[in-house]
Amino acid sequence: MINISNIHKTYITGNNKLHVLKGIDLKVEAGEMISVMGASGSGKSTLLNILGILDNHDHGEYLLSGIKIEHLNERKAAQLRNKYLGFVFQSFNLVSFKNAAENVALPLYYQNVKRKKRNLIAMEYLDRMGLKEWAHHLPNELSGGQKQRVAIARALIGKPKVILADEPTGALDSVTSQEVMDILTDINKNENITMLIVTHELDIARRTQKTIRITDGLITEIVKN
Amino acid sequence: MFDLDRWQEIYHVLRKNKLRTFLTAFGVFWGIFMLVIMMGSGDGLKNGVSQNFGDMATNSVFIWAQQTSVPYKGFTRGRQFYYENADVRALGEAIPEIKYLAPRTNVGGFNGASNVIRGLKSGGFQIFGDYPVFDSIDPVNLLQGRFINEIDIKEKRKVAVIGVRVKELLFEKNENPINQYIQVNGVYFNVVGMFKSKRTGEAASNDNQRIHMPFTTCQKTFNMGDAIGFFNITSKDGIPVAVVEEKAIRVLKKRHSVAPSDDAAIGHFNLEVEYKKMVGLFFGIKVLVWIVGIGTLFAGVIGVSNIMLVVVKERTKEIGIQRALGATPWIIISQIITESVVLTTFSGYFGLTLGVGLLELINYLLESSGAGTEMFLHPGINFSVAVIALAILVVAGAVAGLIPARKAVSVKPIDALRYE
Ligand SMILES: Nc1ncnc2c1ncn2[C@@H]1O[C@H](COP(=O)(O)OP(=O)(O)OP(=O)(O)O)[C@@H](O)[C@H]1O
Ligand SMILES: [Mg+2]
Repeated sequence: MINISNIHKTYITGNNKLHVLKGIDLKVEAGEMISVMGASGSGKSTLLNILGILDNHDHGEYLLSGIKIEHLNERKAAQLRNKYLGFVFQSFNLVSFKNAAENVALPLYYQNVKRKKRNLIAMEYLDRMGLKEWAHHLPNELSGGQKQRVAIARALIGKPKVILADEPTGALDSVTSQEVMDILTDINKNENITMLIVTHELDIARRTQKTIRITDGLITEIVKN
Repeated sequence: MFDLDRWQEIYHVLRKNKLRTFLTAFGVFWGIFMLVIMMGSGDGLKNGVSQNFGDMATNSVFIWAQQTSVPYKGFTRGRQFYYENADVRALGEAIPEIKYLAPRTNVGGFNGASNVIRGLKSGGFQIFGDYPVFDSIDPVNLLQGRFINEIDIKEKRKVAVIGVRVKELLFEKNENPINQYIQVNGVYFNVVGMFKSKRTGEAASNDNQRIHMPFTTCQKTFNMGDAIGFFNITSKDGIPVAVVEEKAIRVLKKRHSVAPSDDAAIGHFNLEVEYKKMVGLFFGIKVLVWIVGIGTLFAGVIGVSNIMLVVVKERTKEIGIQRALGATPWIIISQIITESVVLTTFSGYFGLTLGVGLLELINYLLESSGAGTEMFLHPGINFSVAVIALAILVVAGAVAGLIPARKAVSVKPIDALRYE
């Protein structure tokens, strides 16, 4: 599903160059659930952003579901993100003026699905997250766990092949974190969606099939859980 | 394109900072408002002055006789001379560029002593002896009856065509003036027509106090012999009346032994020159109005563009989220441009409506009070200008949104997402 080799990324800010990714090789099979760990600043988010086509890499090759990701224009990149990828962020990133259902429906909006139909589908997904009663609430009326479940529903609604989650439980307490992980593992099992989860917490990482450790821009360890 | 989500977003953005939205909208509003008011006022001024011309052929010249100022061919200076009937033919033969040639005579009386009587009523009116062709040069609205015709001229009939004011002063309110008799300088004339001026204001009230009679009748009845009061001549279409004017003066000088160098002997007034000056003036005003108006509007639109830049900056993160979820650059760009167009068009439409409304109000007040019609009449802008202004607004709104929109998609999605 994901196949990267020798990925390099350097940030240039003013006169400073920061070589963050120093040749990452990784192969993720369809349906795998993988966690990424590493010290702060080691380059986990950078890697995930490149995989999410939110950022571009400087060197190396990236194949997403067989498609070579290189020199894409923004339109094509947006379409790939919409079709193949779902994102779950640490800070939820819900659109503040849209209610839960509208937030969930957004990816379908960009696929030109009719409003009525996409709202219906959005309700389905919210129902699966146990949030049906909260469908018409704005994000600022929801708890952190509820917000993250809305975000997961939103990531799922476009039927992506891969879900990229950057510290999805980083802002949640441990009980809620486990609930969110329950949902994610469920999805992984039942829908065979590939998952990459960046986390700092060992008990989160243990719930995935494989844990990748990044140290100083390189993969130093791959552990089966 | 125009789905609910988009409008929800527009509504949210515009409502988020109401004062800012209002101030921005006001810039555009004021621009279009000023444009409408200035254009309407310019138009009012133009209408006011133009109405002094009525339907008169503007390519016309008036020529009359004055005293000579240069001794010539044995005549001393200061000689008073008169045009004669033979001049009419001579002018017609010598000047092929003439379209209409109307010799006229007049018997004073306007604003002076009473010269017209009917029963116990009387008044002082201006009396003209005219040919039918005069109605082609300076047409009037015939309310009843007819104008002077060829048979009147030929038979020197004692008939008169009177203005409505003449009728008001000499007849009862419900009386029909046609076929009635009025006494002009002691002579009875049969009223065959009544007219109303095509001008307005003072010019109209002057016109409406006129009495026209056949030229030949006038000459004969009032013992004028062969004398012509003045000529009213128009040129053929496409030929400046100045050409006719110059030739006519030369012919008349020769026929009446006036020195070629004598500029004072022949009085003349070229309406075309005056009209062109006026047209030029109003064109100038119009150009100025557009420059100032568009300038003001432009300032308003720049304000919109500026605010859109701020809005885009504020919404950077949100735009980043949308892009992560698959919004293409076009979706983002069109969203921002729509916002900008909505803001400009809405406020512009408001300015347009209010401006037109104010003009209508002024119009109404002018008309109901009857004031100021001499210089200012029917201020207003025509529909096509309003449509053009709205079109300009839409385009300007789109242009105003373009730079911010491009800015919104110029950053990488990840940088937008990270923006705090
Ligand atoms: N846009 C950027 N411009 C410059 N430097 C950046 C940028 N993004 C990240 N970096 C730097 O790159 C390095 C790796 O950042 P990254 O966000 O990938 O770390 P991380 O492993 O996700 O850390 P954390 O666990 O704290 O989230 C850091 O030193 C960071 O300062
Ligand atoms: Mg990180």
